[in-house]
Amino acid sequence: MSAVEIRDLTVWFGDGDERTDAVKSATMVVEEGESFGLVGESGSGKSTVLRAITGLVPTWEGTIRVMGQPLGRRRDRTFYKTVQMVFQDPYASLHPRMTVDAVLSEVLGLHGFRDVDARIDKLLRDVGLGPGFRFRYPHQLSGGQRQRVAIARALAPEPRILLLDEPTSALDVSVQAEILNLLTDLRAEHKLTYIMVSHDLGVVGHMCGRVAVMQHGEIVEELGVTDMREMRTRHPYTKHLLESALRSVR
Amino acid sequence: MSNLLDVENLWVKFPTRSGIFDAVRGISFSLGKERLGIVGESGSGKSMTGRAILRLIRPPGRIEADRLTMTGTDVLKASEKQMRALRGHHASMIMQDPKFSLNPVMTVGQQITEALRTHEKVSMKEARNRALEMLDAVAIREPTRVFNLYPHEVSGGMGQRIMIAMMLIPDPEILIADEPTSALDVSVQLQVLEIMDRLVAERGMGLIFISHDLNLVSNFCDRILIMYAGRIVEVCEAGKLHEARHPYTIGLLNSVPNLESPRDRLEVLKRDPAWREAPSVSALL
Amino acid sequence: MSMTEPSTLRAWLLAEEPTSRRQARAASLYQGWLTLRGNWLSMIGLAILAFLVLCAIFAPLLATDNPFAQDLANRLKPPGWEGHIFGTDSLGRDIYSRLLYGARISLYIVLLVAMVAPLVGLIIGTIAGYVGGWTDTILMRITDIFLAFPRLVLALAFVAALGAGIENAVLAISLTAWPPYARIARAETLTIRSSDYIAAIRLQGAGPVRIVTRHIWPLCISSLIVRVTLDMAGIILTAAGLGFLGLGAQPPSPEWGAMISEGRKYILDYWWVATIPGLAIFAISLAFNLLGDGLRDVLDPKGGE
Repeated sequence: MSAVEIRDLTVWFGDGDERTDAVKSATMVVEEGESFGLVGESGSGKSTVLRAITGLVPTWEGTIRVMGQPLGRRRDRTFYKTVQMVFQDPYASLHPRMTVDAVLSEVLGLHGFRDVDARIDKLLRDVGLGPGFRFRYPHQLSGGQRQRVAIARALAPEPRILLLDEPTSALDVSVQAEILNLLTDLRAEHKLTYIMVSHDLGVVGHMCGRVAVMQHGEIVEELGVTDMREMRTRHPYTKHLLESALRSVR
Repeated sequence: MSNLLDVENLWVKFPTRSGIFDAVRGISFSLGKERLGIVGESGSGKSMTGRAILRLIRPPGRIEADRLTMTGTDVLKASEKQMRALRGHHASMIMQDPKFSLNPVMTVGQQITEALRTHEKVSMKEARNRALEMLDAVAIREPTRVFNLYPHEVSGGMGQRIMIAMMLIPDPEILIADEPTSALDVSVQLQVLEIMDRLVAERGMGLIFISHDLNLVSNFCDRILIMYAGRIVEVCEAGKLHEARHPYTIGLLNSVPNLESPRDRLEVLKRDPAWREAPSVSALL
Repeated sequence: MSMTEPSTLRAWLLAEEPTSRRQARAASLYQGWLTLRGNWLSMIGLAILAFLVLCAIFAPLLATDNPFAQDLANRLKPPGWEGHIFGTDSLGRDIYSRLLYGARISLYIVLLVAMVAPLVGLIIGTIAGYVGGWTDTILMRITDIFLAFPRLVLALAFVAALGAGIENAVLAISLTAWPPYARIARAETLTIRSSDYIAAIRLQGAGPVRIVTRHIWPLCISSLIVRVTLDMAGIILTAAGLGFLGLGAQPPSPEWGAMISEGRKYILDYWWVATIPGLAIFAISLAFNLLGDGLRDVLDPKGGE
């Protein structure tokens, strides 16, 4: 059974004359336990795909199946227990007035867990933060620490699938390395499926097994990471992206 | 040869509730007609250094230095009026996001001509012609059309090229670029940097390129200063980056995931408290 | 609390790693207090307010005379005359004592309005902002209708319908004061609504009521508090205006606005009768304004670093 199956997904913003299609009949299948990458430049619609899966963008048509179940307009609790998301900017994804403890307790409460204290301790340990961080406010944390808290929040309901929306693009490279390693470990430990959106081919190449390239709302190519490394691409846009990425590294 | 810029023992201090916070702690460097990269992570003081050179630190922040001279002018002693002449005419600065540095209610053309006319007495017509030339120089295909556009009507990459045009039109001797492309897509990034690089070379300017991206900087600079916690930990020539010896520099290089040489785990930087305390390396010429 | 020694308490409050919810909350309040203390103008405002509150509480002890006792033989005496620090009014009542008792009424009005108006505005504004669509349109058009009327005229209409008196004046002022708060709350909600932390809590299955009350309100409240403190002067003046027109506090109650209105007739010959309550209104308005400025710095959610 595939973890996420998307067929002919079209997502739009605005109505009538103002309608713009952010994603145009995209199709992709992500198997359970896989780590799948979505790359493209800003405005290519890659983040919109994630937002349509989670229901944050309600204006979509096509088919989305999660763990075999087709999704409708509304998402229920079981969906949120299966799919969770980590956002791009850790400075914007934590409520400025809530301590780490308040954030995690609320989430655990929402999912009906009883042993909140023990679970918070475990979650913080899982993401590499000690108990000393439990009662801090976001402004007392560094960017990397905030992102760890955001990951802990996403892990709280014990999801099967984690959607990662540029989880490290707002961080320094050394912190990025720590977070990427953490994500690698968590995937192995909790047997998670990842769908990772990024503009950084290096990051996607490091994290993912398969990659879909998006341009102007369309998936132009899907390829394995080995093919990507060896520049075995069919589409000129993929080639162009790869070349710029390689040139800026060298 | 006289340097464009000489900085000796520069400190940038901010008073806070728990004492004085030193953003930059006694760094020395000079800039000739070269491309100098300043690399560091957030909080390393690299942007503060760039701002301090143009005295753009807002109070209560303070700048202190034994020497801070730009093309012969003592920046610390200059009057506000002299500073205004200095900024733009002698040194310009390009910031990270063109969205925030361009005035949203003025057309691109108005902004560029204004930048020129505040530093030089030229007629409206000549200013317009020079602005169009400049837009052409930053590889904007239809300069006359773009001239009349408002900033929200142009893309990020074009916005940053317009910024470059605006900053270079008064013909400064020093260009300070603070993360000029980190808000842009990879493919546009290179294009913008190549344009900047070409213009700097053609005009024989000095460039200070501030960035967190060590690899990117090494492509577009001659000399690189690596900053950590407000100090310079290493100075190296861009071509000899692989010979860098400071563990911080090596750590930065290795923590970037590389498409060509995949690894199971990325190397994680182990920060040594001694790095903070080590004396700043001098980068004077 | 067992730790009473100041240095230990301070260390406990400023701990890098709070160990309990209570400590985290206390520490964040203490940080706010430190920021506020750094703003000396706000501290002056706070001091004036504290002084006025104390005056109101201890009015019976501090007053030299009965504020209602008339003494027609000694009417309109200047300040300092025979123990009347601020002189006497047209009925020979001691202005100083009336001022002290008047502080009670003014603070009472201010507190009531400050509780009612922002709360109504907060509820309407956040619902309109979060739900959007038709709800937003209807609620905001109602707000516009209220805003379109001159405030005092609308208050007059309400008081006329409800009957004169302090409570009704408070109600009328609140009914006219909420629309700006609704506007602010809606604008804030619109920005907060699209932020990632709201998206994140939605992805945990939180419903709209929880999101509005637990996540949006705490962020709106700070800007409303600031706005209220800055509006205080206006509220006091509207109350005074109603008093002046005879629709607020009824004579002989020593409400400051009513006192000015009584002194108006004598303003050229006996300046102190109107001026002294006027100075009191000035002082309280200034105090609230100064405090509001400081609170803005403390409550800004982006600050705190």
